[in-house]
Amino acid sequence: MRIFKTVGLLVLLALAIGFPLLFPNPAVTTIAVFTLLFVVATTGWNIFSGYTGYIALGHAAYFGVGAYTLAILCQDWHIPGGYIPFLLVPVAGLVAAAAGAALGWIALRVRRHTFVVITIAMFFILQLLAYNLTGLTNGSIGLGLPIPNWSSDAFSTQLEQLLVGLQWVTPGDWNGIFFNIPFYYVTLAVLLVAIAISWWVRHSKYGLGLLAIRDDEDRALGLGVKAGPSKLAAFVISALIVGMVGAIWAYFIESIYPFSAFDATFDVAIALMAFLGGLGTIAGPVLGALLLEPTQQYFTLQYGQSGFYLVIYGALFLVVILLLPQGVVPTLRARWARFQVARSQQQETGVTITPIPKQDRPARVERKEEINL
Amino acid sequence: MGLIVEAIITGLLTGGVYALMASGLTLVFGVMDIINIGQGALVILGAYLSYVLEQNLHIDLFVGLLITMPFMFVLGVLIELLFIRPIRRDRTMFSILVTFGVALIIEGVLNLIFSADYVQLHAWYITASFPVAGFYLSYIYVFGFLLAVVLLGVLYLLLYRTKFGHSLRATMQNRTAAELVGIDVERVSAITFGIGVALAAAGGMAFGATTSFNANSAYDLISRLLAIIIFGGMGSLQGALIASLGMLVIEDVTSVVWSPVWASTVFFILLVVILLIRPQGLLGQVGGRKQ
Repeated sequence: MRIFKTVGLLVLLALAIGFPLLFPNPAVTTIAVFTLLFVVATTGWNIFSGYTGYIALGHAAYFGVGAYTLAILCQDWHIPGGYIPFLLVPVAGLVAAAAGAALGWIALRVRRHTFVVITIAMFFILQLLAYNLTGLTNGSIGLGLPIPNWSSDAFSTQLEQLLVGLQWVTPGDWNGIFFNIPFYYVTLAVLLVAIAISWWVRHSKYGLGLLAIRDDEDRALGLGVKAGPSKLAAFVISALIVGMVGAIWAYFIESIYPFSAFDATFDVAIALMAFLGGLGTIAGPVLGALLLEPTQQYFTLQYGQSGFYLVIYGALFLVVILLLPQGVVPTLRARWARFQVARSQQQETGVTITPIPKQDRPARVERKEEINL
Repeated sequence: MGLIVEAIITGLLTGGVYALMASGLTLVFGVMDIINIGQGALVILGAYLSYVLEQNLHIDLFVGLLITMPFMFVLGVLIELLFIRPIRRDRTMFSILVTFGVALIIEGVLNLIFSADYVQLHAWYITASFPVAGFYLSYIYVFGFLLAVVLLGVLYLLLYRTKFGHSLRATMQNRTAAELVGIDVERVSAITFGIGVALAAAGGMAFGATTSFNANSAYDLISRLLAIIIFGGMGSLQGALIASLGMLVIEDVTSVVWSPVWASTVFFILLVVILLIRPQGLLGQVGGRKQ
């Protein structure tokens, strides 16, 4: 079983690494880059919201802070397009994390729905700041980022010679094809780091504390979980990852505006992806983003950023939340577990035993907001 | 000085309209423990309905409310039955997501029908104005405020003078106990949600009469409404009232003495400061009710 899992993961990794070379069409790789960005963002969001159960609907704020940080740094330091902006991505992430630390400290003083509402309010504050701090952000005119020019790049030329030699691509198309490739691999690298962090958190004592907070915060406090610092640390980690995604995204699309960098649908999108895949699992957010983001890109290409796309998105949202509140991964896992139990019983006794009916979670006692002072 | 007086007066008058929209939101929260993120989109939907009646059938905006409010009430009850009631697990959290989905659908449909162009409602009392304290004030501000006073008065009577109001307040205080004494809390919830949405329709008309709007205005609105109900204390009607008047006055005064672009930022910053001192908001209860 373990071997299957390891082999499967290695195959997936190989696929992810080989993807832009297998499908070099720029239209495909563009969607792939956007998809990967959302996979990273959802994974980062899940480290906080999935593990602690605090649904934050304002992470577009940190996405925007990351995007604006990179844009402002590139502008002020006159950085040309190339690989250097990628080196600044972690810096942008750190700035977003600092913003997350300050805002998270305030937001985490309250629980449950008030927390959700406050994260939304904070998102709008930052969006307003992006509009209003014109000296820094250029207001609604937006900021431009350096445009990468890879054609004279040594790595690009070598890769081109190799692939043209294999007759895999035609030489004339190369610049268009290569344009997305550095973005793809940088995002993939950040994704691997994000998944590693997510895995580590999930399997550490620290993560266990977070899960305890999700299940019953007061009891966790009673058992000695340092709830406040733990939640804040998770919040900062997720802001860091989402901020890095924002920075890469900004460099990728080359110009940012307050309404695109601080996008309310981004808040919903990553929450929906995590819910679809399975909140609080490692594979769930990845799967959710892999399913939804290409769909979204397809609808955007097909119908434009119009109302139709919003209707479909909203309807999908409702269907997922109402019919699949557990998400795909936990649902499949429960099915698989029941199937295995049924099979092992059949093997032992030679008779078929009907699977144990799925037990619904015991109804949680709903509590009114409690203030965490 | 005259400008500041003007800002305070318009702030108070528009604050009444915001109180109308926010009271629907906070009432629904108090009774059902859910947050209707779709309230902003529903307000805009109400504004568009008034717009359609006015453009196509030439029905006066205030008369049109007799049609839009019952319609929106039914819509609210349907939303509750179809989307809120089926939520079984962790209602508060999931309701936020579900109503966000509803908001996206409404926004999408409005975008499809009306495109993204800004529209404004038309009536004689929007263009006509009268002099007061050295400046001219459009009649709609006063009419909108009066509408808010009347509707909030009706709401008060409904809550404190009728049998349904007793059931509603009982449900607000303790849902389980209300159920035990024979109150049909599910029915109360559905009707409350309908009332909240109907109030959004009225607020939407008054909003659309003073500001030009399109489907995307919903985001701006919901952020303000959420800020208002947190500021006032979630589930508290008086709190929502005070907070909406306070917010609009602060905004209008800021835009006069400082700059219009900073108007809402100042309010949001004030909100954060208040939450640092009183995380439960102005009139919110610590610990809340017992279940």
